[in-house]
Amino acid sequence: MAVLVGNHTKLLVQGITGREGLFHAKGCKDYGTTVVGGVTPGKGGTEIDGFKVWNTVKDCVAATGANASMIFVPPVGAADAILEALEAGIELIVCITEGIPVLDMVKVKRVLKDYPKSRLIGPNCPGVITPGQAKIGIMPGRIHKAGNVGVVSRSGTLTYEAVGQLTALGIGQSTCIGIGGDPVNGTSHIDALELFNNDPDTHAVIMIGEIGGSAEEEAAAWVKANMKKPVVAFIAGQTAPPGRRMGHAGAIISGGKGTASEKMKALEAAGITVVKSPADMGKALAERLAAKA
Amino acid sequence: MNIHEYQAKELLRQYKVATPDGRVAVDAENARQITKEFGGQSVVKAQIHAGGRGKGGGVKFAKNPDEAAELFKKMLGMTLVTHQTGAEGRKVHTVFISNPVDIEKELYLAFLVDRGSSRITLMASTEGGVEIEEVAEKTPEKIVKVVIDPAIGLSGFQARQAAFALGLSGDAFKKAVTFLQNLYRLFVEKDCAMVEINPLVITKQGDVVALDAKIGFDDNALFRHPDVLAYRDLNEEAPEEVEASKFNLNFIKLDGNIGCMVNGAGLAMGTMDIIKYHGGSPANFLDVGGGATEEAVKNAFRIILGDKEVKAVLVNIFGGIMRCDIVANGIVKAAKEIGITVPVVVRLEGTNVEEGKKILAESGYNLIVGNDLKDAAEKVVASVK
Repeated sequence: MAVLVGNHTKLLVQGITGREGLFHAKGCKDYGTTVVGGVTPGKGGTEIDGFKVWNTVKDCVAATGANASMIFVPPVGAADAILEALEAGIELIVCITEGIPVLDMVKVKRVLKDYPKSRLIGPNCPGVITPGQAKIGIMPGRIHKAGNVGVVSRSGTLTYEAVGQLTALGIGQSTCIGIGGDPVNGTSHIDALELFNNDPDTHAVIMIGEIGGSAEEEAAAWVKANMKKPVVAFIAGQTAPPGRRMGHAGAIISGGKGTASEKMKALEAAGITVVKSPADMGKALAERLAAKA
Repeated sequence: MNIHEYQAKELLRQYKVATPDGRVAVDAENARQITKEFGGQSVVKAQIHAGGRGKGGGVKFAKNPDEAAELFKKMLGMTLVTHQTGAEGRKVHTVFISNPVDIEKELYLAFLVDRGSSRITLMASTEGGVEIEEVAEKTPEKIVKVVIDPAIGLSGFQARQAAFALGLSGDAFKKAVTFLQNLYRLFVEKDCAMVEINPLVITKQGDVVALDAKIGFDDNALFRHPDVLAYRDLNEEAPEEVEASKFNLNFIKLDGNIGCMVNGAGLAMGTMDIIKYHGGSPANFLDVGGGATEEAVKNAFRIILGDKEVKAVLVNIFGGIMRCDIVANGIVKAAKEIGITVPVVVRLEGTNVEEGKKILAESGYNLIVGNDLKDAAEKVVASVK
């Protein structure tokens, strides 16, 4: 039954009347996700391309029983949108918005602790997909194939790359989780690994990290102590110069910390197969699966 | 975004954080005048966005006003090389004249957003004046960390904790507590990413002052701080990066010879990595983003080809939101308008990939098709050998 998103998902879209919000609300619906409508303050009671619109998340939940939200609200109001979804009791909040001030996220992260039943994915992420069932996000659905490999990643397009390689090899995916490229986010590599570890439908995992911070090192320690399934990893930014932010707000080597080589060493020491070339992710996963069989 | 020391000190004063008197000198005569006002001596400081200025010769003591004028002349326009600038160094466009203080003790102080705890963290150490990375490496026990709850802010007891850890007492202790609280307020209200006071000085007179100040801001929050944005100094940024930012392109120049154009930051890094893996060297990081237009793609090409070191280009697009036909049209437009004189390997995947490939094939330009990521990387590396 994979993790996080599936046939049980009832999705609402915050910022549904915006260009991106509407485009991807349709994309999710076309993929098979149950999209119950959306929220745009001030446009409650209207309809847009067949989607009903409410003024508040609370109203939408009361009317539809929505249990998941996808956020396309611009950076200035995105943290507020996350808080609103939390308060309305949404269990799965996926924030696509890129460019949220980090101190806004510091506050959100503090409040998250008060809602143990809710999970935030992102921000600055492509979303979550359980192939063949439902997707919440902006990823191209058709490159995916239902199966038993979990994918967790800080990068959107690198996730597509990994999925594309798997599908080309005939290997399907259970769920793919984009945790986002920001320094402060809702779900970590460890959170995702734990979900996959407990999911009977997931048999192996591809983890894609990048330079900056120490989330991959922490994940390595967690894998060593807890993980029952094979893991293949790639770390982006092996050639990145120190002190420069590589596109993602969180991708920066500072004070000599957060380098790819440190992360790769820690992952290898935890029994994870680390590929140096991003073209080898699918192949390495196939080899790990074959060795296990 | 980073700012200069003199700008950082302007902000400190706004927030009543003590810092020595100082002013930017407009010319040598002005440097002499300011030094006179300071009682005949001053510290002449080159303003660039890099640490290690002292060791590089960018911070000098002037014993009298004439010397300050001389130092000003030498410093303005000089190329300052420090361990943070790289071998090419940075040209000095601004010189700051600071009133000297009698130093009793040099300490270290920083606020930053700590990713591990997802909170603002205060770091304090008695080992001021030196590289904090070095202290963290060799004597981590000498750094005190205080994690701040965003709902409460820096508590009184936390500020006292840090001030005690710095070994302060009496008047200096009280001044340090106020100093910390004001600095925290600045950090939060201006959406800083990092504020480093190194050294924080206790003077012989018992004052607590920021002798140097380095402030970095959260780029994502600049939209709500036009006053901070006004501090941006384009001299400190590579011209091609400034140009790229006009088209919302995320560009960083590197020193290799294979230009890269990619969508998505992770894939852009991964593309640099795979070029290196196959024995090549990337000339840049370039993320055209998710919603790039033909125009943006064309400009990306123009900027990549503007680098004379570039001997080949790898275009790697995995279209999710980004449509391959738009990328292809952008490339063809660029070929028409600026001319492409180096081998270009194009790998397209994802949304509208067939249309994209068709546009390239029918364009009449000699574009090399990469069938997948590995194939594309091998072909582009082979083309420069």
